[in-house]
Amino acid sequence: MNNSITSDAKPSIPHHESEFRQKCRAAWMKTKAFFHGNPPGIIGGFLITIILLGALFAPVLTTHNPDKRVARPHVAPNAEHVLGTTRSGRDVYSQVLYGARKTLSVALFAGIIATVIAVSVGVTSGYFGGKIDEWMNFITNVFLVFPQLPLLIVLAAFLGQVGSTLIALLLGITSWPWGARVIRSQTMAIRSKEFIISAEVMGESKMRIILVEILPNLISIVFGGFLGTVIYAMGAEAGLGILGLGDATEVSWGSMLYWAQTSSSLYTGAWWEMIVPAVALAATGGALALLNMSIDQVSNPKLKTGPHIKVWKKLKKEADMRRGLV
Amino acid sequence: MSEALLEINNLCVDYVSPNGIARAVNNVSLTIKPGETLGIAGESGCGKSTMAFAISRLHKSPALISEGEILYHGRDILKMSDKELRDFRWNETSVVFQSAMNSLNPVITIGEQLTDVILAHRQISYKEACAKAAELLAIVGIHADRMKSFPHQLSGGMRQRVVIAVALALEPKLIIMDEPTTALDVVVEREILNELYDLKEKFGFSILFISHDLSLMGEIADRIGVMYAGNLIEIGDAKTVFSQPSHPYTKGLIASFPTIHGPKERLYGIPGDPVNLLRLPTGCNFQDRCSECMEICKKDEPVLVDVKTDYQAACHKL
Amino acid sequence: MDTTNNPEVLLSVKNLIKDFPIGQSSSKKSFMRAVNDVSFDLCKGEALAIVGESGSGKSTGARVLTRIYDKTDGEIIFKGQPLQEFIDDNGSLEYARQVQMIFQDPFGSLNPVHSIFHHIARPLLIHKRGDKKVIEKLVYELLELVGLFPAVETAEKYPHELSGGQRQRVAIARALAVDPEVILADEPISMLDVSVRLGILNLMADLKDKHGISFMYITHDIATARYFAEKTAVMYVGHMVEWGNSDKVTQTPQHPYTQLLLSAVPEAGKSGRRELGAKKGEIPLWKPSSEGCPFAARCPRALDKCSASFPAVTQLADDHFIRCHNI
Repeated sequence: MNNSITSDAKPSIPHHESEFRQKCRAAWMKTKAFFHGNPPGIIGGFLITIILLGALFAPVLTTHNPDKRVARPHVAPNAEHVLGTTRSGRDVYSQVLYGARKTLSVALFAGIIATVIAVSVGVTSGYFGGKIDEWMNFITNVFLVFPQLPLLIVLAAFLGQVGSTLIALLLGITSWPWGARVIRSQTMAIRSKEFIISAEVMGESKMRIILVEILPNLISIVFGGFLGTVIYAMGAEAGLGILGLGDATEVSWGSMLYWAQTSSSLYTGAWWEMIVPAVALAATGGALALLNMSIDQVSNPKLKTGPHIKVWKKLKKEADMRRGLV
Repeated sequence: MSEALLEINNLCVDYVSPNGIARAVNNVSLTIKPGETLGIAGESGCGKSTMAFAISRLHKSPALISEGEILYHGRDILKMSDKELRDFRWNETSVVFQSAMNSLNPVITIGEQLTDVILAHRQISYKEACAKAAELLAIVGIHADRMKSFPHQLSGGMRQRVVIAVALALEPKLIIMDEPTTALDVVVEREILNELYDLKEKFGFSILFISHDLSLMGEIADRIGVMYAGNLIEIGDAKTVFSQPSHPYTKGLIASFPTIHGPKERLYGIPGDPVNLLRLPTGCNFQDRCSECMEICKKDEPVLVDVKTDYQAACHKL
Repeated sequence: MDTTNNPEVLLSVKNLIKDFPIGQSSSKKSFMRAVNDVSFDLCKGEALAIVGESGSGKSTGARVLTRIYDKTDGEIIFKGQPLQEFIDDNGSLEYARQVQMIFQDPFGSLNPVHSIFHHIARPLLIHKRGDKKVIEKLVYELLELVGLFPAVETAEKYPHELSGGQRQRVAIARALAVDPEVILADEPISMLDVSVRLGILNLMADLKDKHGISFMYITHDIATARYFAEKTAVMYVGHMVEWGNSDKVTQTPQHPYTQLLLSAVPEAGKSGRRELGAKKGEIPLWKPSSEGCPFAARCPRALDKCSASFPAVTQLADDHFIRCHNI
């Protein structure tokens, strides 16, 4: 550069903020733009925030201990116990809040494990190709056909009762293959793009290419896969709980359902014992699904059902009327 | 004046996007006579494809034909009912798209694609349709043996010929061709062009030929229209457009094609980039890139004026 | 392509061969030959255009030269040293610095998640051009060199905010960042708007004239090849059939394939059916076992021996060469 390209251009005032600060600011603007005009995103985000805050601030929001008997059994919702009490006289409201902690942490933990494995396998497989790809594909296919729930049931029956950590681990280890396949094909698509070839011709190291050039392009599908796994893990945990295979002594939405079922709460008219955890599960799953849907809209703008479609419909109607078609 | 086959009057097509309404075609008027080849030249975003697809009413949301009329033999296509439109499409006007792989169904044999088109519009037996299909393939130079082939088994040039055969199936009077040879090698392109010359002589249809390749258009078109940012800025007979262009953009466009046999001199093309349709300037759309821009160009939009008989251009310099 | 008063030969390719495996099973591999026995020289400060249709092997050749693919056989000599030695001596980074490439697709050559600044700073960082301040200055200088004003504003943008022509300029700036001796341009303008193409070609011509960078310009458009490059080589199915001074090759082509190409190009005003001379035929798939001249099936001047052996080099003039049995 110093001999062949002369610098007779005035060096401009270096006002280049560090790339990291720039990225943070860009991320914040993108988040704001993400929610703008995006009803599924707003509703989903709102709901999940409430649920997460409820779980986080459980000790603040309720004074009753979820494990202790605090009132007479099967008391209908009243001022003192907003959501009633269970068969054993425990406060449903505090149970649902503390239970959220357990259920959500299992789901999140499983989601993280699955996503980490899926990304590692998918990106390595997609980028390196060849023999590595063949072997990783084989392993992925093996895990793909693993029957997760039956495996967990069998293990639970074998070990007596399965703690939530173990459940989270097992769910994580068995639900990564689907995400890995998607990430693999996306990586392969990106890999053949010229900016990757450019980076290689430029002399970039392979590790840097994977981390800095390829991964940022995969964020939306990775995140979408993560949310999907969380929803699935939540349902699986609840499913195990209601079958009595989880730890029934810990408070979680699954165990709440279990006790509600064994005490025949619906039959005896104490609907609140069963409905409350069910609604909690449905609301959380729904909120996460809405968030997932809104991410799809961002990564594929063609799915956008924004306000401009309404404008289009109005204008089309006007034009049709002018032509006498309507 | 011979009766026009197709008359477009003050056509406006808008795209409704989250960032605003972009006018892709702005007040375009032109005519196509029977048997003539009209070429429309321009770059990406100029609206040439949008205008052409409006003729067959191919636009879906968020595109909208907001104003204007398209008269085919005097009948306004934009006012046709669905049934009338179905009769009109392919019988009177057919379309050849840029990439054959996008317009041929990959899982159906080419023979079937032809017979499908024929049977959709004609009440004849399947055998007769097959015979007609074989005839069409022969016309474009493909052996009838290949009727059972799938598109991916044919080369690029052959696929494009199949697409042309499909377009000819019902002997339309107007064929709209949108960059039909851009994706092909130059030798294959020449073969397709030779076919087109022969077919035109035999059937006498009009062609609305859309391309960015001005040299190609200078060869096959009778008249050429040039579009920029949604406006038709020059239209007239091909030889004059090439040798004595009036609009600065046309001049610049012609200067963007180095010739093989001409003198070797430095050409400059047109500085700048095509204008963003959502942020059009007041006055002439071309002002930022025009070497002959005047004060009035920044205030008033120029309109098409007659430069010679049957030759118009839209520029304040005229 | 040896001329007596030799300007410095930077890149010398001799009898280059590149094969690719075809077919699915890894046990029973058959090969297709993408580049067959290609030889040429690239001198300092000179532009060489490689013209050919799809399947001619022109892009593959360029990718072998930038080490995206490994050659199957033949010699590549860069600045007097065989390519192998560059690699063995831990010199692959050095070779990457001196031989750069720009690609056809302006939308694929930039990473959508990184700013323009990042794209140009990375090669500077990899090749250790200086500390942060020096690099920042260099980035802005490079952007101005390729005509992207104002440089500071452009550097903060992301690829989707730029037009096709602007992106291609960024790609050129990125290639220039490491101060290369040779730039291989693989169809750099065919995906750009017509009015923008000449701007890019003129930029490349300026870089060649003012900064002495050699160019290898790969294209299917023979008109721009003549406009930009002093030397032109014509390739067909992986074989180089005619090469030399651009004017000689384009105005007085001697090889039947070159003549076919030139007669097929559309020209304003010359309306009407144009007979091509060559028979209609499909482009053959060349294998290592294939023999003869690949154009023999379509050639109007084909002799018997054309199907038997690929012709040797015939020198028609100081700077005009051809490989044909029947001149």
